[in-house]
Order: sequence, then structure tokens, then C-alpha cells
Amino acid sequence: MTYSVPRDRALKGLTIAAGVLFVLAMLMDFFYVGPEKTQGEAQRIFYIHLGSFLGAFIAFAAAVVAGIRYLSSRESRWDILGLASVEIGLGLSGITIITGMAWAKPIWNTWWTWDPRLTSITIMWLAYAAYLMLRAGIDDPERRRRFAAVYGIVAFASVLFTIIIIRVRPDTIHPVVAGPTQADPSGGFDVAGRIRDTLFFNLFTFSVITVTLVWHRIRLENLAERVTRRKLDVLSEL
Amino acid sequence: MSAPPGNAHSTPNKPSAGRVRRPVTAYWRAVGVIAWKDLRAEIRSRELVTSMILFTLMTVMVFSLALELDADARQNTVAGVLWVTVVFAGMLGLSRSLAAEKDRGSLDALLLAPIDRSALFFGKMIGNLVFVLVVAGVLMFALTVMFNITLIRPLIVLFVLLGSIGFTTVGTLFSSMSVHARARETLLPILLLPVVLPILISAVRGSTAILNDLPSDDWLPWLQLLVVADVIFLAAGYALFDFVVEE
Repeated sequence: MTYSVPRDRALKGLTIAAGVLFVLAMLMDFFYVGPEKTQGEAQRIFYIHLGSFLGAFIAFAAAVVAGIRYLSSRESRWDILGLASVEIGLGLSGITIITGMAWAKPIWNTWWTWDPRLTSITIMWLAYAAYLMLRAGIDDPERRRRFAAVYGIVAFASVLFTIIIIRVRPDTIHPVVAGPTQADPSGGFDVAGRIRDTLFFNLFTFSVITVTLVWHRIRLENLAERVTRRKLDVLSEL
Repeated sequence: MSAPPGNAHSTPNKPSAGRVRRPVTAYWRAVGVIAWKDLRAEIRSRELVTSMILFTLMTVMVFSLALELDADARQNTVAGVLWVTVVFAGMLGLSRSLAAEKDRGSLDALLLAPIDRSALFFGKMIGNLVFVLVVAGVLMFALTVMFNITLIRPLIVLFVLLGSIGFTTVGTLFSSMSVHARARETLLPILLLPVVLPILISAVRGSTAILNDLPSDDWLPWLQLLVVADVIFLAAGYALFDFVVEE
């Protein structure tokens, strides 16, 4: 994706929309839903927690798509999408972990516990941090893009592991909101009413925010590339 | 393991009267030749497996001193000790496997060979798998003797086999990437550990449940997860190795 004025305007519009959506989502979190009957006020952080995880999931899935597209087409724009997605995904899953810890303190009376869910999302975070280490460690740019694409695809296994672990392991204390569990194998969706409205609105908002952030990161990378090219042009004229 | 799809070198089995032909295709012959080449080099030099086994025994010593294990604690930690040691010893072998080929320049010769690239991958992977299994076997024997817990049971062996397959598959794929990096010895563990941790957790949890004689409900899900992870990683290695080694 190259730099252009109409595209820039679209991004500006999307950024404003994401900002407005975020403010509305926060208003819903704090005023539209009442305190939950067992967890009280602490439950309000759940919307950000699940929203940011959905955002991270979208970003990491985009990295898989970008990796496959890069390996088949060898166009560097797919590599830029992969890099942007992993960086944004790391930030969003960091938010998931931190909001989870903030929620765990009043509910579980500890910031951290070696629960399978908590362990597996930390492993996921580390796997994608390693993606950035891999990129930093390879000098040849063509090889770096190729290896990053391969690693981005394989590392998605850790995302899948995070999602399925609590279905495999019954002794987690982490709540399960959607999908089949040991207790309820047929699956279900365990929220209703205002909580459901707020949850869906937050999930939508975080999806929009993720797309916006990835787009911004791609634009930044393209601008950085343009600066490098300009510098080379100037140097060659000297 | 069945023959992978898209195998251009396979020769169709001709129905021959009265004689059963073994379905060894050119593809699997190439896999066997590469694996055997690594094994023969190791049998002659004995440098890798010797150092892996020595490292393994020292790690067990460090564990039992550091954790001060009594009989009860041993029962619950022995699977963890087994797997952590296998993974670290395996990493020594994996980082050498392709680094040696690259430093001697023989990797280029292997890539020039008129065989499927994935045959090269599976050959290398089987070579690494044998090293890891030898180390795991020695370690299981040593732990059985020194921790007084019978590790050599069919189900534990099955877990070790499945876990080693997943570990060496990802390990071979990533070590062929990390040989090109500036700090190859530090990059491999950083790349490999988070991705193989699901395998490690499944193997440790499953083995511990079996050692404590728990019902199959407690270890069967881990076994299923392990099989699924192995299949995913084998497919990923088969599909992606081509892109890693192309030059």
C-alpha cells in the first residue's frame, strides 16, 4: 500500500470513527451496564479484556494471511502487513494480560496465578515477541521477510493453543463465556441483556481499533521507506 | 506417517503376480538416505550424542540437588525433569544439525540434489529425532534407577515418542532459519521454546497423570492434543521448509 492523499483521508476518517466508538464503548462499560451481581464493579473491565483479545486474534490471524500471501507473491507489502499485525497484536494481547491481572486482584485475590489460561496467553505473547527478535537477527532483507512469514504462520499454533487449552484442561479457574466446555459440551453463550449489548459493542469497537492501528502502522512503515529512498536519492546526487 | 501428497517422485506400484512389493518410493528412499547419512556420521564421530548424554546426566544431578526432591515430590516432578532435560539436550543437537552442514558448505550440495526439498526436511528431522530418542531413552533409564520410579512403561514411551516428533519437527524447521541469524545459538531457543511449549505441557501433564495411575480421563485429552499438535507441525514443516531453504 503506497502513500496517497485519498487513502490518507480515509484513514483519518477511520481514526475518528474508532475514537468515537471507543468513547461510546467506555460510556456503555461504565454507565449503560449495571454492576454484575456476583463480581460487582470489577466485572466492567471484562469488556476491554475480551475486546483486546479479539483484536489480538484478528491481528495474529492477519499475520498468517500476510505470511501465506507473501510466500506466494513475494510482494513486500504483505510483509509490511505481517510486521504491522504482529506489533499491534502484541500490544493488544499485552492489554488483555494486564486487564486480566487487574480483574484477578479483587476476584481471585492475586495478580497472577499459574492457571493454564494465563500461562498459555503468556506463551503466545512470548512467541510473537520472538518474531520481532527473528526479524532483528537476520540481515538480508529478502531472507528476513521469508523467515518472518514462515514464523508468523507457525506461531499461530500458540494462539490456537490459548483458545483450546481450557476446553482440554478442566481445572482452570478462568471463566469461559462462549463455546463448549467440560461442564456444558454442547456450547452456549453465557450472557444476556445489557451485558450482551455492551459486550458486542466492545468487540466491534476493538475490531475497528485493530484495523485502524494496523493501517497506521503500515502507513508509518511506508513513510519510513520513502524517507530512506529520498535519502538515497539525495546521496546519489551529491 | 503416510506418504505426503504432491509427491512427484513416487513410482506407482505395479501389481506383480504372487509377489508383494514394498511401497518404498524414491521420495522415502531419499528421506532414508539423508537420515542415515547423519546417523552414520554420528556413529563414526560420536561427538553429538556423547555430549548430549553427558549434558543430560549433569542436568539430572542439578535438578535433584536444586529441588531437594523427596519421594513424594519426585513422583510429581519426574516428568517435568525428563522433558526439560530432553528439550535442552535436544536443542544442543538441533542447533548443530544444520549449522554443521552450512559451515562445511555441504548444505548447498544437499539443496542441489534432485530430490524434493521436503524429503531433505524429513531426512534431517528423522536424524534429529533419533538423537533425541536416544537421549530420552538413556534419561528414562537413568531416572528410573536414580529416582526409583518406573518410567519405562508403554504409555510413557508413547508420550515421549509423540512429544519428540513434535519437538524435532518444529526444531528442524526453526534451526534451518536460525543458522542464518547473527546470534544463532541464542535465537533458536527464543524461537523454539514458546512454540513447542504446548507440546511440552501436554507431554508433562499426560506423563504425570500416568505415573500417578490416574484414570484415562486425565491423560487422554493430553494425548489427543499431542497428536493434533504433531499433525499440525508436520504439515507446517512439510509445506514451509521449501521457503526456508530456497536460495
